[in-house]
Amino acid sequence: MSFLKLTGQILRKDLRIEARSREGVNTLLFFSALLVFLFRFAVGSTEAQVRQAAPGLLWLAFILTGLWGMARTFQIERENDCLEFLRLTPGDLGGLYLGKVLIGCGLMWATELAIVAMFGLFFHIDVLPVIGPLVPILLLGTLGFVAIGTLFAAITAHLKAREVLLPLLLFPLMVPILLAAGRLTNLALAGESLWAEAHWLRLLIGFDVVFVVLGYLTFPFVMED
Amino acid sequence: MDRLARILGVGAGALLAIGLWLGLVQAPPDAVQGEVQRIMYVHVPSIMTAYLAFTVVLVASVAYLLRGTRSWDRLAHASAEVGVVFTGITLATGSIWGKPTWGVWWTWDARLTGTAVLFLIYVGYLMLRSVVDDRDRAGRYAAVVGILGFFDIIFTHMAVKWFRTLHQPSSLERGAIDPALYLPLMVNLGAFVTLYLYLLLRRVRLVVLEEAVEAEVLGG
Repeated sequence: MSFLKLTGQILRKDLRIEARSREGVNTLLFFSALLVFLFRFAVGSTEAQVRQAAPGLLWLAFILTGLWGMARTFQIERENDCLEFLRLTPGDLGGLYLGKVLIGCGLMWATELAIVAMFGLFFHIDVLPVIGPLVPILLLGTLGFVAIGTLFAAITAHLKAREVLLPLLLFPLMVPILLAAGRLTNLALAGESLWAEAHWLRLLIGFDVVFVVLGYLTFPFVMED
Repeated sequence: MDRLARILGVGAGALLAIGLWLGLVQAPPDAVQGEVQRIMYVHVPSIMTAYLAFTVVLVASVAYLLRGTRSWDRLAHASAEVGVVFTGITLATGSIWGKPTWGVWWTWDARLTGTAVLFLIYVGYLMLRSVVDDRDRAGRYAAVVGILGFFDIIFTHMAVKWFRTLHQPSSLERGAIDPALYLPLMVNLGAFVTLYLYLLLRRVRLVVLEEAVEAEVLGG
């Protein structure tokens, strides 16, 4: 099976599961709403404090919800030993990886837009005018996160200590993404052009390319039995 | 192998003693920082050795994934463990150096942050190894993390550099180091690399023994 066909089939399968159960979207939305509430209590009561912390909190929210999102992509395959059958798929297993990355990104992007909307609503940040520059940051930052997250979720899926091991492995590697995306989000929220600090954009793009390629290449070894 | 390890062990001990004498007695104190700067003779060689160790992890991990030979996996495992120790030494000596020169034990400077991330990535690598029971599986998983971790560190260093820097730029990279300090530093670097090779061989041997014991227990 060509890897693109495999990608498409995995994508279709996971979208159908999601459409029928809506488990992923529902849990992620509720979880992010809770986070936004907690953040509001944590950073203090003045608008200025909230505004200053907003870019960092935004990415913290993405990464915390993302952690659950990533863990889920392979936990749904644990039921009925689906993972074993996926392993037996003929053809390039890299296609399976790309499918999982795409579904993970889709789920994350949808959740992130909802979180941005909640930030606008509860923190009184005018998000509509800045949504244009914000979208490419979300797309790029999330792709890098999901590229590594999907791989590590596959690694930890059948370990006993998976709940603690996934963040332990994933979070240290997210430092470049957090710094770059946080900085760019800061610019975007302040209404400045992203090109003012184009080196951060280049870093994000470079990170995405390197880790999607590495993930694609190493994923078959993770699935090997 | 055992003979080589013994030679390396003796060599590392001798070089460390010479390096210690050169660094603590023979080399002049730093013009600005005074005696405290002498910690450089441990601090700089240990981080350079750690980088060497993690580069070995990368190479051994790629080789293990491609060839599947156990010895590559043992090499990666051993090198990561020694690398983590040297990174720990770097963080500790840096902290001791930072207190008198910057006034704090820790600061969120680029190099410090980058080194701390390096430490965390490979501690995670070792923890992953320790929780996977199946040896081949543990090797493959760890290899993937070892490869990704290495590339991630390159990005981390770029990102934290743009974020903020307080640490003095590397004197070695700038070529701004006095010959009187250069020689002791190089001797110590040689000593640390020899020590690394010695520990590496010993650790690999230990893995081999562990595997043998396990095979015996399971087989008997």
